Amino acid sequence: MSSIGTGYDLSASQFSPDGRVFQVEYAVKALDNSGTVIALKGKEGVVFAVEKLVTSKLYEPGANRRIFTIDRHVGMAVCGLIADARQIVDIARREAANYRSQYGVPIPLKYLNDRVSMYMHAYTLYSAVRPYGCSVILSGYDITDGPAMFLIDPSGVSYGYHGCAVGKAKQAAKTEIEKLKLTDMPTQDLVKEAAKIIYLVHDELKDKNFELELSWVSKETNGDHQRVPDNVFVEAEKSAKQAMDAESDSEPEEV
Amino acid sequence: MFNTTDAYSAPPLWKNGPVPGAFYNFPGSNVDKQHIAQHSQAPVTTATSVIAFTFNSGVIIAGDLLASYGSLARFRDCPRIMKVNDNIIFGAGGDYGDFQYVKDLIQQKIIDEECLDDGFKLKPKSLYCWLTRVMYNRRSRFDPFWNTFVVGGLQEGVPFLGTVDKLGTAYEDKAICTGYGAHLALPLIRDALEKNPLLSEGEAVGLLKKCMEVLYYRDARSFPKYQVGIITKDGIKIEGPVDVNQNWQLAHMIN
Repeated sequence: MSSIGTGYDLSASQFSPDGRVFQVEYAVKALDNSGTVIALKGKEGVVFAVEKLVTSKLYEPGANRRIFTIDRHVGMAVCGLIADARQIVDIARREAANYRSQYGVPIPLKYLNDRVSMYMHAYTLYSAVRPYGCSVILSGYDITDGPAMFLIDPSGVSYGYHGCAVGKAKQAAKTEIEKLKLTDMPTQDLVKEAAKIIYLVHDELKDKNFELELSWVSKETNGDHQRVPDNVFVEAEKSAKQAMDAESDSEPEEV
Repeated sequence: MFNTTDAYSAPPLWKNGPVPGAFYNFPGSNVDKQHIAQHSQAPVTTATSVIAFTFNSGVIIAGDLLASYGSLARFRDCPRIMKVNDNIIFGAGGDYGDFQYVKDLIQQKIIDEECLDDGFKLKPKSLYCWLTRVMYNRRSRFDPFWNTFVVGGLQEGVPFLGTVDKLGTAYEDKAICTGYGAHLALPLIRDALEKNPLLSEGEAVGLLKKCMEVLYYRDARSFPKYQVGIITKDGIKIEGPVDVNQNWQLAHMIN
């Protein structure tokens, strides 16, 4: 990389002559080592699916979760350095609690997104701190505004999305997401599609074990963010595996 | 918790450094707030007695809907029986503003617990114990919450009832009444429980009705509309407003 040895990548508070902040770009690189995280926004809800890579068989199942509940009505899926991400989760929870204590109503997602993204952005401004090595996706459902979803970068930039993917296989996942007609999909279908995509983009050669994590926030859950119920999870996982089997059966003919 | 700005907002990026989401502190502008204290404390808008006792399969708890301003019957629709979660029911007497503040603390606490998503729910004994710490802490700073709280619920299926007052004094009992209720209603309840330690839910409701009636006739800060909360293994119901049976005929005309 051209930045190495130039001295412009030592601090987040210094530009390079061509106008880049290398520390932030390195932070974005940290995401490429992390399991894929996707989020799909449908007609009446948002679904998270996470490929949580299990690096050791010695971990208990369910350890190091990557989907969090921020407030009853807000979910967060994280990608990148898990310890950094937990810090963001904590800040988001504080901001949600703070808004609730001041205004007496749950925080609207766009305000939470503003606050969390400004917080992450603050860590790209000083030489004494480093940017966060994680990206987070916020999801929520509002009875009047419908479903909403935002992705925040290590740079503090955030956008609203219909469907987004971050992590190892984000390119492959995005390609799959683009094939879907997201805006008129019911939440039940989103879960299946999301699970399918995670199984599809998982690279079995490089990463042996992974755990699928699924959560949703939708009209059906009364706007609450929760992990999908066991029966829905099992169903989604089953149909994802079936889709994979069908694909591998047809593959030899194509070759 | 009592440095609410700390618990709810982001910490400084580094010591004496900028705080995300806060205004810049000019050097020397910091007034030492530590040694300024105001201890003036007196209840302003107050609610009267809470009546609570256990029966064979749960706990029943009631309080009227009046918030008095001194001796003035100021606000007539002030509920103070509250469902905390599926395990816990909560009632308060004393300063209504303090109750509302503590209610917000408890509700945020429940949200925090739900966010952990570990499958556990706060139990009545835990909330009761936590409340004793909160109340004792405040009285030790000469700034008490001017309330008497009653916590009821099912602890491992067994009815639990406890109370804590503004001094942090706390005890558990089968029957708990606060304020005037301690003088007027508690003897009636103890008498009934002595005769029949295992009241049915129906009998409990009957006894409670009688207590609220007696209190309405004799407590000058009471009100003929009240709420009843009942917790059993089937869940929590909060009923009301229930009307007190009134009969203002002269005694010799009735008997």
